Amino acid sequence: MNDIFTTLIAERWAYLLTVVMIIIGLHAMMMKRNLVKKLIGMNIFQGAIILLFIVHAYKFGASVPVHDAVLGDHPEAYMNPIPHGLMLTAIVVSVATTGVALALLTLIYRRFGTIDEIELLQKLREEP
Amino acid sequence: MIRRQENVILDVITRIMVPFIQIFAFYVIFHGHYSPGGGFQGGALLAGSVFLQRVVMGRERSLSGFHVKLGVPFGVIGILVYGGTGLVAQVFGGNYLQYEWLPFGLDPVWARNTGILLVEIGVAFAVMGILISIYDNLSAREGEGEKR
Amino acid sequence: MSGAHGAEAVVDHAVSMGQSHLPILVILPLLLGCVLVPGLGLWRRRWAYPLTLVAFALSAYFAFRTLFAVLEGGPLHYTLASWAPPVGIELAVDALGAFVAAVVSIIALLVAVYAGEAVRRENPVREVPFFGMMLVLLLGLTGMVLTGDLFNLYVFFEVSSLGGYSLMAIGHKKAPISAFRYLIMGTLGASFYLMGVGYLYLLTGSLNMADVAGIISTMGLNPALLVSLVMMVVGLGLKMALFPMHLWLPDAYTYASSTSTAIIAPIMTKISAYVMIRMLFFVYDWDLFLNVHHIGDIIKWLAIAGVFVGSIMAIGQKDAKRMLAYSSVAQVAYIGVGIGMANPLALVGAMLHIMNHAAMKSCLFLVTGSVAMQTGAQRLKDYAGLGRRMPWTFAGFTFAAMAMVGLPPTNGFFSKWYLVLGGIEDGEWPMVGLILASSLLTAVYFFRLLERVYSKVPGEEQKPAGAEDPSFRMRLPILLLGVGVLVLGLFNAWFVSRVLSQALPHGMSLPGF
Repeated sequence: MNDIFTTLIAERWAYLLTVVMIIIGLHAMMMKRNLVKKLIGMNIFQGAIILLFIVHAYKFGASVPVHDAVLGDHPEAYMNPIPHGLMLTAIVVSVATTGVALALLTLIYRRFGTIDEIELLQKLREEP
Repeated sequence: MIRRQENVILDVITRIMVPFIQIFAFYVIFHGHYSPGGGFQGGALLAGSVFLQRVVMGRERSLSGFHVKLGVPFGVIGILVYGGTGLVAQVFGGNYLQYEWLPFGLDPVWARNTGILLVEIGVAFAVMGILISIYDNLSAREGEGEKR
Repeated sequence: MSGAHGAEAVVDHAVSMGQSHLPILVILPLLLGCVLVPGLGLWRRRWAYPLTLVAFALSAYFAFRTLFAVLEGGPLHYTLASWAPPVGIELAVDALGAFVAAVVSIIALLVAVYAGEAVRRENPVREVPFFGMMLVLLLGLTGMVLTGDLFNLYVFFEVSSLGGYSLMAIGHKKAPISAFRYLIMGTLGASFYLMGVGYLYLLTGSLNMADVAGIISTMGLNPALLVSLVMMVVGLGLKMALFPMHLWLPDAYTYASSTSTAIIAPIMTKISAYVMIRMLFFVYDWDLFLNVHHIGDIIKWLAIAGVFVGSIMAIGQKDAKRMLAYSSVAQVAYIGVGIGMANPLALVGAMLHIMNHAAMKSCLFLVTGSVAMQTGAQRLKDYAGLGRRMPWTFAGFTFAAMAMVGLPPTNGFFSKWYLVLGGIEDGEWPMVGLILASSLLTAVYFFRLLERVYSKVPGEEQKPAGAEDPSFRMRLPILLLGVGVLVLGLFNAWFVSRVLSQALPHGMSLPGF
């Protein structure tokens, strides 16, 4: 029991945090009625994936991935920069998707006067 | 956010801060390819400086800083700079985006440095233009921007 | 020093320019077009459409040249930005990729020809952004097909999705709601794919598809590898509208404008299916996961359930576009069946169905768009008797409908034929029976509509206004696709033997070809 506690929480708490964030994001996307809250849930979900990648870039005792004359050329002395670069791209994609989603939400609000999912689904189902 | 915040302190502080934000943004852009920073971050900071003006000074007064119509053209020019650099590298030999073939008469390593710098500047302007145009479109009143 | 080097290289380069640069040349016209169309279109509106058409035409031309180059010379590899793979990003085009890229670009070109007039009639105010979004969509899709890097695929995936969301939001008054739902679910799907890529990167340390495939083949079963496979299947299944993740599709296709549906429906879900084929068969060890660990069985049974749900729901629809949307769910599920069965014949059927369904569905959606624009008819009962008034339009519709049902010698028959052959080879008799039964269901709703269209309506004096064939520009793609459906069917042996037999993953080969 103590062994599970040590392995799961003390050593791998970053992954637990990722799982918690994924669950929060999915819950918000599915269960919340307000469309803006769904969008926030989507952003939390994407943030969890970014966290997953970044956590793996860390090495114990390593420095930031900027070349330093003191540390020299050994790869072990630096953190892995590739996930950082990948996640910058993922953040840009997330920003662009959020921009499109906000534009859609503005359009929905102007046309229908509500951004509540249940009311909107009712309006969707009624005949034009 | 559309109307002006009638507050002198906010006005003055904004006027002092915006140039500093922009200088820092250019610092981040130019140091992006070998230290933390880069095109997207610098572009977002530049867009942030314009957002500060829009929020504090209201839409009409901040139009003289960055007009609404400039958003999409900046984006287009930024992407053309990026794509164009790659295309120039392709025309002069090499594959798409192989910066060592850029015709600047430089040593290949420095040509790649310059190529990446050009690309980062393109990205920064593209990001700035697009983020500002997103903000302007979302905060536009109904019927604005529909004339085209 | 670098000047002389440069001059010699330019000469060398000019000699080999056409050959070695083909993969990027498929993408470049779309990239430049999607920036220039909004830019120049803001200045002169009339230039937007010609630029779009030129971009699509160039991309299609280079896509076909790439296909023939790959068929003759083997897979093409194109390194971007002077870092060699596996460190750098490369475009890797093999027979399957070139085939799908050619299909996508020619369908997009035909829809673009239709769109010139259709967009002007349906939403003239937003013409310039509409064409820009079409280019963004195609840029993303073509990039997804041609790339050889896992993360690059995610970036192109999201680029195409953004184009798709924007296109879907234009049209009916209710379109933004269904577009928003599609956005949430689509981003969820792409995020699951990204998680799968994350696990793969952590396990193998590389993002290049060929490199990862090599490392995975030595790894055997690893719980993290299984998790990453499952996440990828879920993510791609969401974008592909595999049952039970298809719920965003009917609303999205129904409320979007006719051109949007015509360009998104044939190709977007198919490209997600192509990515699933690429991941499951070319990156992961397909024999281990699909056969030994029964993931293939799960995909197969979900897919056949999707076929039935889609077909049955389509029978009960009253709106033409909604019926075709549910029919799309069913047809993409056939591709899922082919993937799940994981033997050479079934996989060839699935790949062939990518091309066949793209041709059939785009023809059908172009027809419903033309009818809606000419007569305002959207519900099926308003289609009564239109066959005689709009003969050319419904000629194309008839061919496409026969192909959807699967009558020989149209192309739809042959893809289902290969699926059935694959099922027989594996001894999956329930699956074979279900595939044949679902064809009967497809026949129900298409023949019902065909009969209604060509029947004589009593009291024909109240003619619906404008019930005549649309203009030549809108009719031409419909006719070309209608004839193409027949031609592709007659020449399917060429496709299978020349193209698809080279497109199979290693470990699989077609008997008798």
